[in-house]
Amino acid sequence: MNRKLSWFNVTSLTLGFAFLYLPMLILIIYSFNASKLVTVWAGFSTKWYGELLRDQQFLDAAWVTLRVGVMSSTFATILGTAAAYVMVRAGKFRGRTLFSGMIYAPLVMPEVITGLSLLLLFISLGLDRGIVTIVLAHTTFTMCYVSVVVSSRLMTFDQSLEEAALDLGASAWDSFRLVTLPIIFPAVISGWLLAFTLSLDDLVIASFTSGPSSTTLPIKIFSAVRLGVSPEINALSTIMIAIVAVGVITASLVSKRAIQRQRAEEQVGNRT
Amino acid sequence: MNYRRFLLIAVPYAWLALFFLVPFLIVLKIALSDTAIAIPPYTPTLDLSGGWAGIKAFFQGLDFENFVFLTEDSLYWKSYLGSLKIAAISTVLTLLVGYPIAYAMAQAADEWRPTLMMLVILPFWTSFLIRVYSWIGIIANEGLLNQMLMGLGIIDTPLQIMNTPSAVYIGIIYTYLPFMILPIYSALEKLDGSLIEAAVDLGCTRAAAFWRVTLPLSRPGVIAGCFLVFIPALGEFVIPSLLGGSQTLMIGKVLWEEFFSNRDWPVASAVAVVLLLILVIPIVLFQKNQEKAEEAGK
Repeated sequence: MNRKLSWFNVTSLTLGFAFLYLPMLILIIYSFNASKLVTVWAGFSTKWYGELLRDQQFLDAAWVTLRVGVMSSTFATILGTAAAYVMVRAGKFRGRTLFSGMIYAPLVMPEVITGLSLLLLFISLGLDRGIVTIVLAHTTFTMCYVSVVVSSRLMTFDQSLEEAALDLGASAWDSFRLVTLPIIFPAVISGWLLAFTLSLDDLVIASFTSGPSSTTLPIKIFSAVRLGVSPEINALSTIMIAIVAVGVITASLVSKRAIQRQRAEEQVGNRT
Repeated sequence: MNYRRFLLIAVPYAWLALFFLVPFLIVLKIALSDTAIAIPPYTPTLDLSGGWAGIKAFFQGLDFENFVFLTEDSLYWKSYLGSLKIAAISTVLTLLVGYPIAYAMAQAADEWRPTLMMLVILPFWTSFLIRVYSWIGIIANEGLLNQMLMGLGIIDTPLQIMNTPSAVYIGIIYTYLPFMILPIYSALEKLDGSLIEAAVDLGCTRAAAFWRVTLPLSRPGVIAGCFLVFIPALGEFVIPSLLGGSQTLMIGKVLWEEFFSNRDWPVASAVAVVLLLILVIPIVLFQKNQEKAEEAGK
């Protein structure tokens, strides 16, 4: 369908994307506002970025968030990939229904319940709340997202490739390492990125499982914006939006090129 | 069975059992405990160290006291109803906003679609908290919207949107819109355009063809989108606490306050158990819908 869009469709796309992007655009514009009063424009200034970089509490929180994000998404990727492999390839085993239930349930579980239940677990285990408990909590809820992403890739790829490797004498581990993993690798990477983003973004579960010395950035932002709009938070939001936009656009360009290359290779393969 | 296969299954299994299933049983246990002023602030009624006798005593002493309390204090059932109402209304509103966008995307030229898709998904990767926060500066009493409307002379006194349910609707529509657009788009994208042409050729008007062909065929996507908005909206905490003010009662916020402000663990746990029981219904219906859609797709 390459016909021109009707005025109705053009209007709904324009209004829809204006609705999605205007609030963030306003946030970005006002982060450069010289005035402390967030609704009055008093000229261009980058002073809030300076204030932000001098605010030790924010820097500490950012550092905690980054460490938690990297650690939890790495664990989540390993566990989630293993879980996806089990779900798609391991066949029947005892307790499989419970296993698949435990993988999908966290996706629909309200964060307040996940946070509350994990906190009560950590207290009954006698674990001190801190970075470790946040990492454990984030690993648990993000591994389910990873396993969904990876298992959808595992389901679509040609299983005969694995069988061929096994027939040719590779061990199960070698066939996974040399055949399966390279094929599902893009999905594993997007799983990691998804887990990382979810971890960076999480307020509720982190609030339940963090201790006084391990405040994450969302917790810090939340307590600041409860008091209303602040230009420093606008500056911080702008930085975060910029990082995400650059990341997503780069990732989509890379995957577009990968798809093109794959298509080209397939065509070459068909010809020979 | 070799030990590698065993390990592959056992490790994620054990992890999920320890960090998902067990915490849940603890919530259930504490929900059945008595509130106490102590650390931790509850008296367990289930004492496993007492062995069989302890379990027996637990079942004999089972009084569901905290659950009875939830029915007695109107705050709780009002919050559950409030959550259901807000989630339902905002789901319908999100559908009304999302459907035209998904429809227009499906009508767009092929080379435009990946870009439009990316534009819909991009906000999803941006911080949820920031997206909710971005509305405060717009809808607050001295916010941009009121300034603009007053500057144009449309209104004299600022509209009170902030700290009302309307602000929560806006927040939910804004943050969950991608979840509504994507399933509807993927249903509409698969739709065979010649069906519409056939309907028009046979004397249908464009509007009637939409109503009688396009809409019914996009139904699985609409239903999936509605559940994907309704389910998380029901337990939402961030949006009502930043935009809803103290008058908007939603159960996620009540649970949070029960735990952090009142430090009443047993009641917070009971609130969680009941919320989960309510959530089971839409989750099961959603699952059914997905299975049906998958079968239809085959």
